[in-house]
Amino acid sequence: MLDKRKVALVVTHEKDAVHFKIEGEPAIQCLDVIEKQLKNAVKRLNTKSVVWDLSCVKKLDSALALLIVKEIERAKNSDIEVLVTGMQGDAQKMLHMAKDHAHFESEFAPKEQGLFYDVGADTLVRLKSLNAFFAFFGQMSMVFLHSLYRLKMFRWKETLFEVYESGIKALPIVMLTMFLVGIVVAYQSSTQLKIYGANIFIVDMLGISILRELAPMLAAIIIAGRSGSSYAAQIGVMKITEELDAMRTMGFDPYAFLVLPRMMALMLMMPILIFFADITGIIGGMLIAKVDLGLSPTLFVERFIQVVHVKHFWIGLFKGPFFAVLIATIGIYRGLQVKNDTQSIGFNTTKAVVESIFAVIICDAFFSIIFTNMGF
Amino acid sequence: MQQSKKILEVKDVVTKFGKNLVHDGVNLHVNAGEIYGFLGPSGCGKSTLMREIIMLEQFHSGSIELLGQKIEKVRRRAAQNLRMQWGVLFQSNALYTSLTVAENIALSLQEYTKLSPSMIKDIVAFKIDIVGLKQFDGTLYPSEISGGMKKKAALARALVMDPKILFLDEPTSGLDPISAREFDALIVKLRDLLGISVVMVTHDLTSIHNTLDRMAVIDNKKIVAEGTLNEVTKIKSPFIERFFDEGLR
Repeated sequence: MLDKRKVALVVTHEKDAVHFKIEGEPAIQCLDVIEKQLKNAVKRLNTKSVVWDLSCVKKLDSALALLIVKEIERAKNSDIEVLVTGMQGDAQKMLHMAKDHAHFESEFAPKEQGLFYDVGADTLVRLKSLNAFFAFFGQMSMVFLHSLYRLKMFRWKETLFEVYESGIKALPIVMLTMFLVGIVVAYQSSTQLKIYGANIFIVDMLGISILRELAPMLAAIIIAGRSGSSYAAQIGVMKITEELDAMRTMGFDPYAFLVLPRMMALMLMMPILIFFADITGIIGGMLIAKVDLGLSPTLFVERFIQVVHVKHFWIGLFKGPFFAVLIATIGIYRGLQVKNDTQSIGFNTTKAVVESIFAVIICDAFFSIIFTNMGF
Repeated sequence: MQQSKKILEVKDVVTKFGKNLVHDGVNLHVNAGEIYGFLGPSGCGKSTLMREIIMLEQFHSGSIELLGQKIEKVRRRAAQNLRMQWGVLFQSNALYTSLTVAENIALSLQEYTKLSPSMIKDIVAFKIDIVGLKQFDGTLYPSEISGGMKKKAALARALVMDPKILFLDEPTSGLDPISAREFDALIVKLRDLLGISVVMVTHDLTSIHNTLDRMAVIDNKKIVAEGTLNEVTKIKSPFIERFFDEGLR
């Protein structure tokens, strides 16, 4: 193993010259010792002649050679004479090479541009990204209209595959999650309702909240996490591996082959997922109503039919396709934004999920206001 | 330079993937300061052998001694120490796409040394120059440079710690003939300048002719020939005859 303690730059002041002698085996891992000692020694240098003694260095590596060459150049600029002695083996060759290939003036770090520049550049990037999203949305709508006009062109097979992948495979997790949410909501409200002896109102509460808000929202959030991320990553990788370009050159429009099937599949499946989420959510609530409040399922269903208007159910389903469009477009758009490096896949996948969940919630808020004002 | 010193020795290496026998007792050695090639038909396990030597894959039995360490029983620290003494250039370059070329090259220096930023910058600038890139290229990202430049950048990264041995996996594949010949010349130049040993997997006949001092031909799970180009071409083997005769004429 390398021993840093054995490495040293010994500085001796003789008659009219300063001697720098390197001791030990100065491999690159211990070079920092020499670098620091040299820096200190140079500060106090008040001579016109320097002698480097390399007699202990068996193998001069390029890093040490560079350090010496840099010091020699610096010394020459301040009219100090430099002599290198005791070179062994290829040391001379290495010093020459270091001198030939060195670029001490190079700068690789990006220049600091200042806050003003950064804010401006960032704004521009965001505007461009918004512009790109509109362009994407426009192109997708064009392909959509085109495929309505020529139904034969529509990719039924891919769409059915996506129906299975992002819709049917998501059913169990959506149903289970909504069942648990039904239990949690019912349990929390039952303790409150018991205080007022208003046990029966749990049905009204659960019915409206689950059918109208909770089931659509939860299904959308699960699908955003599940399919939004997978769309972004899939299409992103396809972009990096030039599969999208290959499709274009073979005359397969990626929008028709990849984008539209995914969007149509989600639009079709979202209401169905919400429907099943409604069922399991209510069943979860019903279970707690029986266990905690002693409300029999028969009574629960009777009350449910009486008080929960069917419009709540329809409003819940109605939101489904809108959420689906948001999730699919954002996921796919983020996939297409992937650049030719690995980090941008992670970045865009994260963005896809965060943005689509955010968009779903905003959209839900709008619906909430609109429907309430319309008297639904 | 001690020409006779063995820097790498592979003894009776057996490799199995499941039931599929890849190497059945492979023996070869590489001397210090030599440019050595692994040749053979595709699927013969050239790259696998190289990956075994650089500890990315395990072999079933046998022994590989690299820089005086038996890698089949090397401890964690010694293995880490070995990794600092070699440089590896992958077929697809494997540059970190989220870092600039200069940052890619500087990475090992930042992790393994305590050198000052200005010293690191000097070393990076030197390596960029020595592989024949322009200083400006250091500020670019891998996605912004051409295939040949990526190869050079990856080579600069492999060279940054002044390795004793350099492993190249098909270094000229995917390069145009001019860049490929430049790259060959660069490898020979670096060997002469820095005194490093080079082990490469290659298919490129011109490259074999221009650069290799010695080579091993792997076919049918064994080494069918080892030696200089002249020695190897004299050996009777279906693969060697097809490969060299049809390629060179």
